Amino acid sequence: MSLKKASRKNFVNFINELIQTENVIGVQAKGERFDFAPLKSAEDLRLDYDVTLLPPKRFFQPTTETLLTFGSEGQCQSEIDRGKFILIGVHPYDMIAINQLDKVFSENYCDTHYVIRRQNATIIACDVVAASKNVFASSMGTATVKDGFDILLTEIGDDYIAEAATEKGESLLKKLKGAANADAKDLKQRQQVQENNQKSLNKHILKCSLKDIPKLLDKAYKHAVWEEKAKTCFSCGSCNTVCPTCYCFNVQDCLNWDLKSGQRMRNWDGCLLDGFTLVAGGHEFRKNRADRFRHRLYRKGKYVPEKIGCETACVGCGRCVGACLPDIANPVNIYNRLVDDLGV
Amino acid sequence: MSECCDTKKDIFMPRPATINKARMLNATELYVHLSLDDGPMDFQCGQFVEVSIAGIGEAPITISSSPTQKDGFELIVRKIGNVTGALHNMRTGDKLGIRGPFGKGCYPVEEAKGKNVVFICGGIGLVPQRSFINYVLDNRDDYGKLIVLLGTKCRPQRFLHSELSGWQKRDDMVFMESVDQGDDCWSGNVGVVTTLIPKIAGDLANSMVFVCGPPVMYKFVLLSLRKENVQPENIYLNLERKMKCGVGKCGHCQMNDKYVCIEGPVFRYSNVLKVPEAI
Repeated sequence: MSLKKASRKNFVNFINELIQTENVIGVQAKGERFDFAPLKSAEDLRLDYDVTLLPPKRFFQPTTETLLTFGSEGQCQSEIDRGKFILIGVHPYDMIAINQLDKVFSENYCDTHYVIRRQNATIIACDVVAASKNVFASSMGTATVKDGFDILLTEIGDDYIAEAATEKGESLLKKLKGAANADAKDLKQRQQVQENNQKSLNKHILKCSLKDIPKLLDKAYKHAVWEEKAKTCFSCGSCNTVCPTCYCFNVQDCLNWDLKSGQRMRNWDGCLLDGFTLVAGGHEFRKNRADRFRHRLYRKGKYVPEKIGCETACVGCGRCVGACLPDIANPVNIYNRLVDDLGV
Repeated sequence: MSECCDTKKDIFMPRPATINKARMLNATELYVHLSLDDGPMDFQCGQFVEVSIAGIGEAPITISSSPTQKDGFELIVRKIGNVTGALHNMRTGDKLGIRGPFGKGCYPVEEAKGKNVVFICGGIGLVPQRSFINYVLDNRDDYGKLIVLLGTKCRPQRFLHSELSGWQKRDDMVFMESVDQGDDCWSGNVGVVTTLIPKIAGDLANSMVFVCGPPVMYKFVLLSLRKENVQPENIYLNLERKMKCGVGKCGHCQMNDKYVCIEGPVFRYSNVLKVPEAI
């Protein structure tokens, strides 16, 4: 696979050319923050961003999507979104989160809606240039990424190193005009950027190793921290919404004006929300706020890793830390508290 | 990205089904007999289907008939939510959608062979258990004693009257019933279902016990069974939750790390001893 080096100018031309023919989504400024949005001009692309408001999961699992439509006689038709798109600027921790979602939605029962979108996507990931206020990817082993993307970009001074990782990425990279093959010196510089990120994306430092977390949680089910933290929890689900690895959803029917035909919709849901486990008849299985609060941390540290075989389902993006109004969501604070109280 | 995934099938597409029979069993319970329009459905005792009514939504309902009954399948549904409410308005010949059957945790029909089988049912908890009860009756020689204990809140909430009196009359099974609150028209046992357990204590030694009822019931039944020295390996619990997708993705049915829709809904008690959210 190719490893190219291109000047910023050549890269901008490459993106502007892509925009002419492809559906390109890239990171852009949104007020003083950043988010993914359809790209109209390469000048709007901000690969120097720190973190996006929302993770890129919504391009594969939209906040709301139509699973199927039904006619006035109730006859159903599957609705699959087959649009192709290019996603530019996915940070390593978000890429690792997408890799995890890939497993969740493709293994056992294949979720066609997710998988088709994922197969139709070309992902251009990029190494982090500016650390965000709350990132702790270094602690979670997610500051750099090895796979999942089609192209990985690394900014080196005024140039970009672009590595193709798939056939899709390789053919796309052929359109990058004026690029030379990266030489040993370029690769060394790239390695330095990545090694630096592995250390410096650490605004919150985990006091134990990742493999200790499931064992730690095994001992912590009845620990006081869950009640203590949850006392100020609003059950708003913001931590779920901004999390790149949260994927729980609800399915609801929406009717058209004829009150007969309509759509079956899938919407994001969150395990922190009251009513998440409510069944008809009024019984709620996880009624206690502290139990819901604990469930999220156990999913990130134990349940999901055991289900899909990854080290941790918290990728250290730090979004929940910033989104949580009472400031209780930071997983590192909780795991560290458990390390202090229970030891590893 | 995994390429081995079968993207031709949509796991959210229901298969069309037709209601062959529909009748009310009491004021709140509806019996429906269904068959899929595109052919028979293979299922095992304890599995559930997602009942889909376009415009209303989906609800997980455990199949109440035995797989030995080959023409279609039966559901018994309490009018309690949106989908069940809409189902209650449907009539013979009406169409609805079915996804499934789902759930790898079924009743252990093979393992229970040669043993006594005891069913402890609370109210509508009889409905999922009925699948295996009728399976045992259809394969009667394969199993030891068959005992069914049923506790209902009050007499008007009883249902399947003729089937229950049929069980009462059979000499190859024991059927005991109780109501929580007695009235002038009820001459049988009065008390919660656990009051029936000491009456069958002698038969519990070589038994597999199956429990299904409202959430509050499990704790007390398990306490009674522990008193009678029934081992957790020999107890099975039906732990139905809000199984929205049925395929282990949506997260609603999770009890700690276990997805009820995949690993359940029937769990061996010894496998959920360390699952605090199970009971």
